[in-house]
Amino acid sequence: MPPIYLDHHATTPVAPRVFEAMRPYFTEIFGNPASLGHSFGWQAQEAVQTARNQVAALLGASPAEILFTSGATEANNLALKGIVSVSRSRRPHLITLATEHKSLLDPLEGLRRAGAQVTVLPVESDGLVNLDRLAEAITDSTVLISVMAANNEIGVLQPIEAIGRLARARGVVFHTDFAQAATLVPLDLGSTNIDLLTLSGHKMYGPKGVGALYVRHTRLGEGLGAQIEGGGQERGLRAGTLNVPGIVGLGEACALARSLMTEDRIRLSQLRNQLKDALVAEFPDLRINGSWEHRLPNNLNVSFPHVDGELLMAGMKDIAVSGGSACNSASGHPSHVLTALQIEASLARATLRFGLGRSNTEADIARAIAQVFRTVRRLRSPAAGAGN
Amino acid sequence: MSPVYLDYNATTPLDPAVRLAMQPYGEGLWGNPSSVHQVGQAARAALDTCRYRLASLWHARPSEVVFTSGGTEANNLAVLGTARFLRAAGRGRHLITSPIEHHAVLHAFQYLARHEGFEVTYLPVDERGRVAVSDVAAALRPDTGLVSVMTANNEVGTVQPVAEIGALCRERKVLFHTDAVQAFGKLPFQGMHQFQADLVSVCAHKFYGPKGAGALYIRSPLQPHPTQMGGGHENERRAGTENLAAIAGLVAAFERFVPEPVFPAERLLNLSQELARAAAALPGVTLRGDPGNRLPNTVAFTVTDTDSIALMAGLDLAGVCASSGSACSAGSIEPSHVLQAMHVPAAEANALVRFSLGRETTEAEIAHTVRVLPEVIQRLRRPATRR
Repeated sequence: MPPIYLDHHATTPVAPRVFEAMRPYFTEIFGNPASLGHSFGWQAQEAVQTARNQVAALLGASPAEILFTSGATEANNLALKGIVSVSRSRRPHLITLATEHKSLLDPLEGLRRAGAQVTVLPVESDGLVNLDRLAEAITDSTVLISVMAANNEIGVLQPIEAIGRLARARGVVFHTDFAQAATLVPLDLGSTNIDLLTLSGHKMYGPKGVGALYVRHTRLGEGLGAQIEGGGQERGLRAGTLNVPGIVGLGEACALARSLMTEDRIRLSQLRNQLKDALVAEFPDLRINGSWEHRLPNNLNVSFPHVDGELLMAGMKDIAVSGGSACNSASGHPSHVLTALQIEASLARATLRFGLGRSNTEADIARAIAQVFRTVRRLRSPAAGAGN
Repeated sequence: MSPVYLDYNATTPLDPAVRLAMQPYGEGLWGNPSSVHQVGQAARAALDTCRYRLASLWHARPSEVVFTSGGTEANNLAVLGTARFLRAAGRGRHLITSPIEHHAVLHAFQYLARHEGFEVTYLPVDERGRVAVSDVAAALRPDTGLVSVMTANNEVGTVQPVAEIGALCRERKVLFHTDAVQAFGKLPFQGMHQFQADLVSVCAHKFYGPKGAGALYIRSPLQPHPTQMGGGHENERRAGTENLAAIAGLVAAFERFVPEPVFPAERLLNLSQELARAAAALPGVTLRGDPGNRLPNTVAFTVTDTDSIALMAGLDLAGVCASSGSACSAGSIEPSHVLQAMHVPAAEANALVRFSLGRETTEAEIAHTVRVLPEVIQRLRRPATRR
């Protein structure tokens, strides 16, 4: 029996409908959308336009504001470096949170070494931003605030509307990484103050190798510098032949997310709550990481006191879960997100991140509960302690 | 008759066998290779296998393979990443390239000159679009860090003496990059050593592989600075969740279509010569490129007293899909930078026709093109006084 996949924050399978939509664009409608001289190019361009409309419709944006990239990492890099590269300030200042994804923190560190000022704010013990501290951190040279909508490890939802209002009032550009939120958090960009927003195909039942950056053009018409130079695609903001099948897949994934969002939210939160209730009842000392109230409906992140983290992960034979972000899961370091919540290292290592997804059933959750019960009980039994 | 597609330098269809090789990654093997659980580890194993297979085709080490989102990103990483590495190592601020490079290379050099204080020398090319090795030697300075010359030009098909340029650079201890995107699948390939280069760019959709997949060969121990950061993927050289399906497609396409060129050289050379003869016989037409050193599938010519937009539209109406140069600048009214560097007058540089043939091109299609070409060109040429 294959393991039950409960790691949808790391990646999701491509939805069959998305796969079908992509199918014709590999061998039949294979043109280069930049080939404006013939029908092969036009058909490809049309498909890209349809996808742009679908992405825009999910976000409440206008299609011209959607820019396709090779993924969320590239979109995050472009948002940060693109703002800094056109900044007139000699030492532009950027603000973010300690719990952001590496695809944001790493390029920020690069910018800091290149002379930018970077403020990485701590979070509250529930993982949420402190809005007063954020407001105090803004200076005259602040050019960008970047705060993710939903955290990839602990699933907490940051108050992006309030941050947007604050940023707009102070004349600062606001970027949010929306990769984890896209299928589960309704958004109407028209009525928010978000200026830049990142999407990832493979976190929303679309393909890997494709993402998007929303760029509010009323604010950032000329205000973003390209980071990949070349043939002038995507209005000069992102060069490179467009990945037509990938883009079609992202578009279809957005259309699907739009139609399934309400159902997904309700069903996944019910399943997730079943899982949580069972674990809490069995292990009263269980620590739930991150705000319970402001959280993705499909996320549960829990730490088990008095359990060896490595043995805990190794015991999860029947279920595919993760201790933290996939990108640094092999490193053995405790998660920087849990560290930011001031959880001590040994407890942070004994953490399971559950990310539920569309394919999960009640039977899956029952199996997951049984697996965790078995493993944690075994690791806590006096015999296991003696064995150590 | 369905339209005649003669734009294989812009892109190629995905081969059904490559598509089949990609299938498991869309359906079963969809995990994130960085996840530690079984689903992720299966993906990691598949990624490693892809890397090993490609490295063995390249006669290179697995650690010398970096997967990217395409040719543009590979070129950007090669040029920007290497220049930044050189600066950090205090090894020279002088860079050399040719003026006929693809924009993915050229704009990267322009960026370094404009924003990062590098000095860039642009090599001269002759009227056939060839770079002379002696000109590279003359341009080298003690503070030269990187030379980049493409293997084969996308617009006129001219093939450069890259191995000689590479050998010269290696002797002079200067890093050498070649954008070989147009050469793979069209010219014989024995291994990355044939380029004598430290960096070689690869793009899958130019040889019947998928779009959204490219690779950069980075000769050990060179470590260019990453241009995309976040997570330690690809040995800290290119962050981002690996697009495994596309990577598998790239490797499958490389395996099938590159070592033994997928573009049948002899047949395409004959067909393209037929096109060239037909075009050259028409008034106002001048063939461009180097007949002695060209890609077997590419024919380019300019036409006086008209422009590329009219030519493309005219050809399309006659059922022929051609290009006015690079797909990326198709539709723009800028004259071709390649032709300008070859000293073609601006008026003609703005009226380029490129036919690029592929595996599927038939004799009947070429016959059709030869038949309609005289009428299209005759009709579109206007006396200079009316322009």
